Amino acid sequence: MDMPAQKKKLGLRERYAYMTRHLGWETTYQPMDKVFPYAEYEGIKIHDWDKWEDPFRLTMDAYWKYQAEKERKLYAIIDAYNQNNGHLNVTDAKYINSIKLFLNGISPLEYMAHRGFAHIGRQFPGEAARVACLMQSLDEIRHAQTQIHSLSNFNKHYNGFHDFTKMIQRVWYMSVPRSFFDDAVSAGPFEFIVSIGFSFEYVLTNLLFVPFVSGAAYNGDMGTMTFGFSAQSDEARHMTLGLEAIKFMLEQDPANVPIVQRWIDKWTWRGYRLLTLVGMMMDYMLPKRVMSWKEAWEIYFEENGGALFKDLARYGIRPPKYLEQIEFDKDHISHQAWATFYQYSALSNFHTWMPTDDEMDWLSSKYPNSFDKYYRPRFEFWRKEAEQGNRFFNKTIPMLCQTCQIPMVFTEPGDPTKTCYRESDYKGSKYHFCSDGCKDIFDHEPEKYIQAWLPAHQIYQGNCFGEGADPTSKDFNPMASVLDYWGVQNGHDNGDFEGSDDQKNFNAWRGMATNNS
Amino acid sequence: MSIVFLALQANDETRPIIESIMADNPHAQLNESPAMVKIDAEGSLTVKRESVEERIGRPFNLQELQINLISLSGNLDETDDEFTLKWNA
Amino acid sequence: MQIDLRTVTIKPLRQTFDHLAKRFGDKPATRYQEGTYDLQATHNFHYRPTWDPDHELFDKSRTQLQMRDWYDLKDPRQFYYGTYTLARARQQEAAEANFDYVETRNLLAQLPDDVRQSVLDVMLPLRHVAWGGNMNNAYVCAYGYGTAITQPCIYQAMDQLGIAQYITRMGLLLAEPEALEAARHAWVHAPMWQELRRYLENSFVMKDWFELYIAQNLVIDGLLYPLIYQAYDDHISQRGGIVINMLCRFMTDWFAETSKWVDAQIKVAAAESPENKELITQWIRTHRDQVLSALRPLASHALNSKADDALQDLNDQFSARVAKLGITL
Repeated sequence: MDMPAQKKKLGLRERYAYMTRHLGWETTYQPMDKVFPYAEYEGIKIHDWDKWEDPFRLTMDAYWKYQAEKERKLYAIIDAYNQNNGHLNVTDAKYINSIKLFLNGISPLEYMAHRGFAHIGRQFPGEAARVACLMQSLDEIRHAQTQIHSLSNFNKHYNGFHDFTKMIQRVWYMSVPRSFFDDAVSAGPFEFIVSIGFSFEYVLTNLLFVPFVSGAAYNGDMGTMTFGFSAQSDEARHMTLGLEAIKFMLEQDPANVPIVQRWIDKWTWRGYRLLTLVGMMMDYMLPKRVMSWKEAWEIYFEENGGALFKDLARYGIRPPKYLEQIEFDKDHISHQAWATFYQYSALSNFHTWMPTDDEMDWLSSKYPNSFDKYYRPRFEFWRKEAEQGNRFFNKTIPMLCQTCQIPMVFTEPGDPTKTCYRESDYKGSKYHFCSDGCKDIFDHEPEKYIQAWLPAHQIYQGNCFGEGADPTSKDFNPMASVLDYWGVQNGHDNGDFEGSDDQKNFNAWRGMATNNS
Repeated sequence: MSIVFLALQANDETRPIIESIMADNPHAQLNESPAMVKIDAEGSLTVKRESVEERIGRPFNLQELQINLISLSGNLDETDDEFTLKWNA
Repeated sequence: MQIDLRTVTIKPLRQTFDHLAKRFGDKPATRYQEGTYDLQATHNFHYRPTWDPDHELFDKSRTQLQMRDWYDLKDPRQFYYGTYTLARARQQEAAEANFDYVETRNLLAQLPDDVRQSVLDVMLPLRHVAWGGNMNNAYVCAYGYGTAITQPCIYQAMDQLGIAQYITRMGLLLAEPEALEAARHAWVHAPMWQELRRYLENSFVMKDWFELYIAQNLVIDGLLYPLIYQAYDDHISQRGGIVINMLCRFMTDWFAETSKWVDAQIKVAAAESPENKELITQWIRTHRDQVLSALRPLASHALNSKADDALQDLNDQFSARVAKLGITL
């Protein structure tokens, strides 16, 4: 056989094609629809999986090489940060509450993303799509772990982090992020990739990882900044996967367009509701603010998402439903959310507070149309009440939206003074919603959403009491027992920041660093 | 035309990359935030391997961008020589 | 104000997370423990999967095997993402150096033609077998129970993809890209591959994830790797093909490392109960018989007259391996 002395170097695109394409084959001893049983039931039609383009074209050797380099850097910083008591460098101990939300509410979702992408990475019949999904599955376990590892040292010194694997499955507001991901993974593989790969990753995660993480850096939290940016560098790959997946489905068959459109509508709304928590973190929980939620929303959703939807218009895709309401609401939702958590602070695993004058002025300047008119008076009133010893705690378990599971605290489109209620009847029962968006989602798939594990209902049904609780005994305290079931340590994890263990310890430890007594 | 963007960590490794992007894309705008930069550009934005190599004095594989990349937007096309983001509308 | 925080000695409130303290006591946990234990949700699921409404998203009844604590199936390598990637990056660097060396010294030019052809026939279609290994480990990762065993399966899945790619690279060094298509054609049509392909396709429709784990990671790999990377490697080395060994370094090291993990899983699962042991023994017997007979035509082609002895050795080695795990075949 004649062999050339030196073979010519293959280009990136060619090389990647040989390394990935045609590894699979049309099975004949078992039918393809048994090997890939979930590829068709959602109604998405794929004619040629070879048309899938993976723009990043990473082979495993390159993946290991670059990811190892990221990991080396990340863990060197985490180690140094921990050894130097870096947690005492944050601007204020209030800040730490925002990363409690991160560990409890977001890291478990990273884990779910890992399992979900393993599932669709097994189930898609096309090689390039499978490889991209499995690589994302691998990245997602990285994100869960690097977050846990970075925040582990905070857990040693502050409350509210200590039982995150339990809290995500039990605490009332944790059902918001949890149900979001359960919803995505329990959907079919194509809906999953639209929900997570496209709506969540491409349209929404920039809001969490870019401005919030930049805010962590601004507040002296190098650990969070490092894992955040390091994770987001993988997200760049994930976003291109999400965009590729959408384009691929739209190009494969015109019949896919209305199905995909409905998923875009649903998952933009679902993601938008979920990100209310991030809005609150940015506007209320970062002692030094980087930008307001509204500004971040304008850059990353309106401008960037807008460009994206303009790009997709050629396939017949229109921007997601309810944009008008979303645009109106950006002046309101972060304030409405903070007001809710302030009222329910006794039932949470992080601390709350009322903004200082300085912070209220910042909020007024960022929200000139809404803050002074609707929220400042309420907050000033609550602050005064607290000073007079009448700290307001809401002790009634709130009604939850059947779809997004957020308490019914949002207001009517265009009228921030009136709470929005919607309802649907299904098989003899009445279901309640916070918005038209959430009602639409339910009405399309009622059999799915009637299954929701709503914490408020579960408490009333007696399914959320601590181990060994006896609700028939005379001195039974139901709320104390619920806190026990949740893993929330009453008087330590919950309540006001003012007077909390966190506040006292942080000040004492900082004091040790700055004077000799 | 819509805006594409590339966000990178701000550190010693990215400085020459940012410099070369700004030189090759005169229409781009540099926005600095804590610990990161975001480069916005109307329509499209290209990172060129050769320009980065001129500045760092060693061979550069565009896949190395992964290490310090934070985020991006736009349709991506990557070859051995160029990394391009663009919107079609 | 710059404060020197290193000088401050403060007493932590707790040493670790509650779920780890419950298992190991309140002491600092390893990163493996933090990144593994109890990460998978176990209760209060919101919706049944539309693709499998008979089960919860994560459900113990997707296998017949039963464990009191699924986290007993821990990884002796203690791989979490960081340690896994660093380990593979080191191996990748060594493999890269070998490929570079072979390429720059043009060592393949000295490969006898018959050995080159044999390697193309015997090894190139193995990229499809590795692809099957990737599929099956993705399955276990997705539908298995408990992060302790599902986590290493995504690593194993991606390793199999990496191996498929190393074999592809070797093929591209040995021949023109058309050789890949020829190997694929052989995989789908040539008689010597059909039994193995049939077995692999049957594994794709297996439902019980622990049975699949055994079929793929213990039986297929446990018989195929010694056949190819030991017996066949010796065979071609004696015929002037020692350079191939350099290109397969990743696979040999990988098999040695991952076998320890696989063995630990089987050992712990079998020791859990007599029922588990019985189940595992039956699974191993059934799959061993099928895989051995599926490998016979390949062995005959690869080793000619030495095939029968090699298969007998393989079977003996395999029985000895599982005997150490407490399983008598």
